[in-house]
Amino acid sequence: MNAITQSKEERAEKLQGMGCKRKRVEDIRFVQGRGNYVDDLKLPGMLFGDFVRSPYGHARIKKIDAAKAKSLPGVLAVLTAADLKPLSLHYMPTLAGDVQAVLAEEKVLFQNQEVAFIIAEDRYVAADAVELVEVEYEELPVIVDPFKAMAPGAPVLREDIKDKTDGAHGKRKHYNHIFNWQIGDKAAADRAFDKAEVTIKELISYQRVHPCPLETCQCVASFDKIRGELTVWGTFQAPHVIRTVASLISKIPEHKIHVIAPDIGGGFGNKVGAYPGYICAIVASIVTGRPVKWVEDRIENLSTTSFARDYHMTTEIAATKDGKVTGLRVHVLADHGAFDACADPTKWPAGFFNIVTGSYDFPVAHVAVDGVYTNKAPGGVAYRCSFRVTEAAYCIERGMDILAQKLGMDPAELRIKNMVRREQFPYQSALGWEYDSGDYHAAMKKAMDAVGYRQLREEQKAKQQAFKRGETRDLMGIGVIFFTEIVGAGPSRNCDILGIAMFDSAEIRIHPTGAVIARMGTKSQGQGHETTYAQIIATELGLPADDITIEEGNTDTAPYGLGTYGSRSTPTAGAATAMAARKIKAKAQMIAADLLEVSEYDLEWEVDRFRVKGNPERFKTMKELAWAAYNRVPKGLEPGLEAVNYYDPPNMTFPFGAYICVVDVDVDTGVTKVRRFYALDDCGTRINPMIIEGQVHGGLTEAFGIAMGQEIRYDEYGNVTGPTLMDYFLPTAVETPKWETDWTVTPSPHHPIGAKGVGESPNVGGVPCFANAVNDAFKFLGSTHIAMPHDHWRTWTVAEKLGLHG
Amino acid sequence: MAKTQVTMTVNGAAAEGLVEPRTLLIHFLREQLNLTGPHIGCDTSHCGACTVDLDGKSVKSCTLFAVQAEGGDLLTIEGMAAPDGTLHALQEGFREMHGLQCGFCTPGMIMRGYRLLKETPEPSEDEIRFGISGNLCRCTGYQNIVKAIQYAAAKLSGASVKEAAE
Amino acid sequence: MLADLGEDARPLAGGHSLIPMMKLRLAAPADLVDLGGIGELKGIRTEGGDIVIGAMTTQHALIADATLAARLPLLGETALLIADPQVRYVGTIGGNVAQGDPGNDMPAVMLCLGASYQIAGKGGERRVAARDFYEGAYLTALAPGEMVTAIRIPVPPQGHGAAYEKLKRKIGDYATAAAAVILTQSQGRVATCSIGLTNVAETPLWAEAAAKSVIGTALDAAALKKAAALAEAIAAPASDNRGPAEYRRKMAGVMVARALMRAQSRAA
Repeated sequence: MNAITQSKEERAEKLQGMGCKRKRVEDIRFVQGRGNYVDDLKLPGMLFGDFVRSPYGHARIKKIDAAKAKSLPGVLAVLTAADLKPLSLHYMPTLAGDVQAVLAEEKVLFQNQEVAFIIAEDRYVAADAVELVEVEYEELPVIVDPFKAMAPGAPVLREDIKDKTDGAHGKRKHYNHIFNWQIGDKAAADRAFDKAEVTIKELISYQRVHPCPLETCQCVASFDKIRGELTVWGTFQAPHVIRTVASLISKIPEHKIHVIAPDIGGGFGNKVGAYPGYICAIVASIVTGRPVKWVEDRIENLSTTSFARDYHMTTEIAATKDGKVTGLRVHVLADHGAFDACADPTKWPAGFFNIVTGSYDFPVAHVAVDGVYTNKAPGGVAYRCSFRVTEAAYCIERGMDILAQKLGMDPAELRIKNMVRREQFPYQSALGWEYDSGDYHAAMKKAMDAVGYRQLREEQKAKQQAFKRGETRDLMGIGVIFFTEIVGAGPSRNCDILGIAMFDSAEIRIHPTGAVIARMGTKSQGQGHETTYAQIIATELGLPADDITIEEGNTDTAPYGLGTYGSRSTPTAGAATAMAARKIKAKAQMIAADLLEVSEYDLEWEVDRFRVKGNPERFKTMKELAWAAYNRVPKGLEPGLEAVNYYDPPNMTFPFGAYICVVDVDVDTGVTKVRRFYALDDCGTRINPMIIEGQVHGGLTEAFGIAMGQEIRYDEYGNVTGPTLMDYFLPTAVETPKWETDWTVTPSPHHPIGAKGVGESPNVGGVPCFANAVNDAFKFLGSTHIAMPHDHWRTWTVAEKLGLHG
Repeated sequence: MAKTQVTMTVNGAAAEGLVEPRTLLIHFLREQLNLTGPHIGCDTSHCGACTVDLDGKSVKSCTLFAVQAEGGDLLTIEGMAAPDGTLHALQEGFREMHGLQCGFCTPGMIMRGYRLLKETPEPSEDEIRFGISGNLCRCTGYQNIVKAIQYAAAKLSGASVKEAAE
Repeated sequence: MLADLGEDARPLAGGHSLIPMMKLRLAAPADLVDLGGIGELKGIRTEGGDIVIGAMTTQHALIADATLAARLPLLGETALLIADPQVRYVGTIGGNVAQGDPGNDMPAVMLCLGASYQIAGKGGERRVAARDFYEGAYLTALAPGEMVTAIRIPVPPQGHGAAYEKLKRKIGDYATAAAAVILTQSQGRVATCSIGLTNVAETPLWAEAAAKSVIGTALDAAALKKAAALAEAIAAPASDNRGPAEYRRKMAGVMVARALMRAQSRAA
């Protein structure tokens, strides 16, 4: 077998390119315990930082006495706001146009807020010193109910902006108000509701949760006094953004800041923004002249670095009596905690919540969002969610089920009747998005056939009768959802982070021997980019994936990118990768034409080579062309074979899916058992089916946790209840259901390889599917909406209120 | 706090250090022995990312003082591959079956899998899930971890290894 | 040694209750006395009509013990519901019974079985019935400087049925509510019965009235309902993230009913 006689299929297989289940490159180091996570880093002279935190949810700081702490052997310094103020670093800008206290100055606004930063020789001494700092507080009344935040006479939370009536997103209507954001046609929507035959209205709340990756947030900051250069290693999903922000607030020029995100132990949105720990570690390094490491523990993680959700959505749907939707109105009360540290593109204070029309053809719709401050941790972030898309999907999928119930229609039937039809794509939604592609009806049919939907409904009817006769104490529920989500932020015309457009990038360089190094502006935290980007290049350029090294996360070498979150990597950097590869391919074609002494137009590409049309024994492989690029390029071309592409996506992408779930609820304990979960995802072109399946498993498991028990809750005194893994529900392998995955493929017409991204779809679709299933179990007894999480006691309480306990 | 000498065998070699009585085993391993494979994922002994094998037991090294391992025989992820670099069946299985994504839970998961397969060489799926219920994962949803352990069980018992389905 | 070190010293058994508390700085003993090397504190033996278990016996060892599996399977069943595999390798039965933590599972089983604890201290040795040992949350009959060295359990009659029914949010969690039941039957009716409740009060509870109420019955629906109600009547659980007190109280009743049914199915 040689280069001539190997078949096309054999050559393609050897490349391990797009579409194959290429084994992961990352695994080789991870299975041997040789990952490089931030806390693995040890630098000579490294110090350790730890925070003194407020026990109160709202209080004035009368006095901070750090004398005992400072005199503990091994403690170098204790920073407070007074030390940061001269550097203007006691507050830092958030991604949402607000500011956040780095160390509390005059008051604390949420329990566990940062008050002082200990710098010590090791983490045990630092922890000892934390206990020795004495802070005198004067307690203030607390607001934990967002519905009370704008009451007349409510306690003033943000004294620092009390008199500012102009917020980052327009006028503030109360001192605890942050923004009002509206989209859609209110007048048209109101008209639709005025004449509607049927309407539903429900307050649908999505509880506060937390992304909780297994590795917490951490960094090592090292300031080199001699060179005047700062290096920061950290858990950064968006390392370039961190570098730019660090430069703007520290005034160190950006070319003298080196930000490196090494291996990250899960992100899920927790690691997008900047936190006080990063700022304090940087300041501590500058002040001491030594590297400083900061690692938050789990309680700190769950109670201070970025919550997610906390959206209270008053949802109205108007419809005809035979089930055609005619209008949608949603008002959202968004609880942002003490500071609006939401990680959204700048112009979108409520993220892409306006995807809330979902998969359904609403002729008119209107959304209004009011953000408020409360005495809770600041945020929120997109926990595997793509900017409020999980909230929107939960809202519309619950809403459609509630409407189906009122109409006496099967929830799947109602969806099929209203889903956007294939011929309507690209589809202009009533709230301003252009959905790129989809064949919803085919996907829904495939899902329903796969689970035997009709038979399930019959079984459910029989079980309901058995329950009424007292023969069983279990209720069977079937959850059906059809989500459309929006990812791949995003086009520069409407997406930016702090003014930087949300393009992304890839730089590819081919070495003389045909090996490749490529760097992207994104940053994997487990998604397998080292494996999958290489697959794209392998297919585009006909070079084996095993000969391609992918690097991310070092801001000195990677081209500028906006990072990995919101399932944006494949839509943006994946596109940039293909585009850069095509630039290289175009040059290679010219070199090939020159070598083969034909015109470029006489050449055709096949798997790994350019060959002469009609004369296929005359060819040049990409590997040969790489060598030629370094020694014999045609006149007018430079030597070398590389390209960079900055890709400004023309649109977002719109993955979608049909999920169906079967549960059995034990009414006497409130325990819900998931009998079956079937997930069909359409993410367009599938780069690595093995990795896609893994993403779906993981996202569904997070969705299961959210729907069935996760909650970051505050009591009336502002105490955060249960910020440890004893209470925060992370299911083990025993509770976690088995997942069935399936797919359809509807490529994105505007993406160079037709891929849409998939990481967040399972969380977007999974949560409403579980929720709809539990709700469905109780419907026949008159229940219309049960709020999440569907943990044991809440589910039991529903049964109790329905009089099921005799 | 006065320090004390502690000695143990780690991955077949003698290891020693000076620790405070309160120094946790996980910190001794990571910071003094530079074995950064075991990880810290929580404060309350729930996540299992710190799991190592001590004297024939799976233990959470974050919930033991280093001095409690005095004289003990420890195996960590760094000791799983053969001296010539051949991966242990579990390490191979995790890669073959896509049983990891971010890799943070993986060392603890593999070390637990190691002892689990010694307790039960041919575990059923339910036995595997129960057997790893002290190890949390946020990325994989456990389904492929089960397959990885099944792969390793088959390989260790000499049975034919099922190829990852095409 | 404990007595010499004074009030700020604690014995260290498996450490899997104590060390997590120390890491959160909720407990800060000045000295710890590691019991790991004391051989006499380990092991399971029979002595007359009793099974005697050394306090330092791990949960893992309880599960693996053939004598217990044959004569007192309730212990292994309960141990499998405690924490997770790693914790069971290190956590001891002594630690589980002697802490006074209302969430620990073994105490209710000891009350159910009528066990007693062998206690050693500077003043010598004494024995206290488990039913007299628990005084409040983290408050037991142990005086400073004393520790439990062994647990003594009367061997239940052959043909008994027993079950530990534990409602929990996930593996590793403490009980929302749990019930231990042991009973014997005679001609289809309950002859003897004893019930213990976990985590529905500041101490484990011995549900005497509930157990008495099923004697002579065939554990029909009415008998189960009555036993559940009597168990609920003595339960006074805290409201926590597992649920409000009222829910947890009702779950005590549900667990008692389910444990009774399962125990009955195993009884001769």
